[in-house]
Amino acid sequence: MARKRTEFGTLYKGNPEGQWAWIAHRVTGVAIILFLFAHIVDTAVIGWGPEAYNRVVAVYQNWAVRLLELVLVAFVIFHAVNGVRIMLIDFWPEAALYGRQVFYATMAVFVAAMIPITWIMGREILKLVI
Amino acid sequence: MAVRTESRPPTRHGVMGYRSGRERPAGGFELQSWLFMRISGIVLLVLAVGHVLIMHVVDSGVGRVDFKFVAVRWSSPFWRTWDWMLLSLALMHGVNGLRVVIMDYVRRPGLRFATNAFFYVVGFTLFVLGSVIVFTFNPATR
Repeated sequence: MARKRTEFGTLYKGNPEGQWAWIAHRVTGVAIILFLFAHIVDTAVIGWGPEAYNRVVAVYQNWAVRLLELVLVAFVIFHAVNGVRIMLIDFWPEAALYGRQVFYATMAVFVAAMIPITWIMGREILKLVI
Repeated sequence: MAVRTESRPPTRHGVMGYRSGRERPAGGFELQSWLFMRISGIVLLVLAVGHVLIMHVVDSGVGRVDFKFVAVRWSSPFWRTWDWMLLSLALMHGVNGLRVVIMDYVRRPGLRFATNAFFYVVGFTLFVLGSVIVFTFNPATR
């Protein structure tokens, strides 16, 4: 059966803001669950004693890994804040009348949260570089 | 006060083309799954964001995490409970999220079944592994 372009691909196709939020929600969600799989395994190593566990967490004493960690934190914060936006529109349909405003408010909360987080984590990352 | 348009009243399909993403399913398992994502999402808002801030942001973040740190942390049943709830809810929320994404992009029935089955097995195995570690960890025997 021939695939129709409209049936496949990214899907959802809401208003532009909603579409971007939806794509970002999927990308961050998939990235977080894949990290979680690895994170359960690395934490489970603690059952094999201090030597093994400390060797595993020593991976984080690397600035590049810490940068990825900052990205992960940003993904979790975005997924959480955007999740609240989704529930707001799901359970209070009138909020959809202000869909754009709700989207920009969501982004403002995300950015406002990431500024101090980036500052705090960034200082620790710089300590590893210098 | 919300302004209602006469021609397009709010419906479950959204107002004026706005909706949050996935439409609310009519019923059955998909409605339960839809509700679960939202309820677990509210709980994870506290558990996951709290976990990330405590373990990765404040003080020197993950830089201070080692065996001793976890041993002290897990001496409290409160943190063991927190971590186990986070483990189970995040896994269920995440694996169900993968299922929804797979429904959209993996169209061949056999491949879709296999992809879903793979993540169910991985998720369940890691749930068992994580639960055993959270509940049986004893620094004294290590």
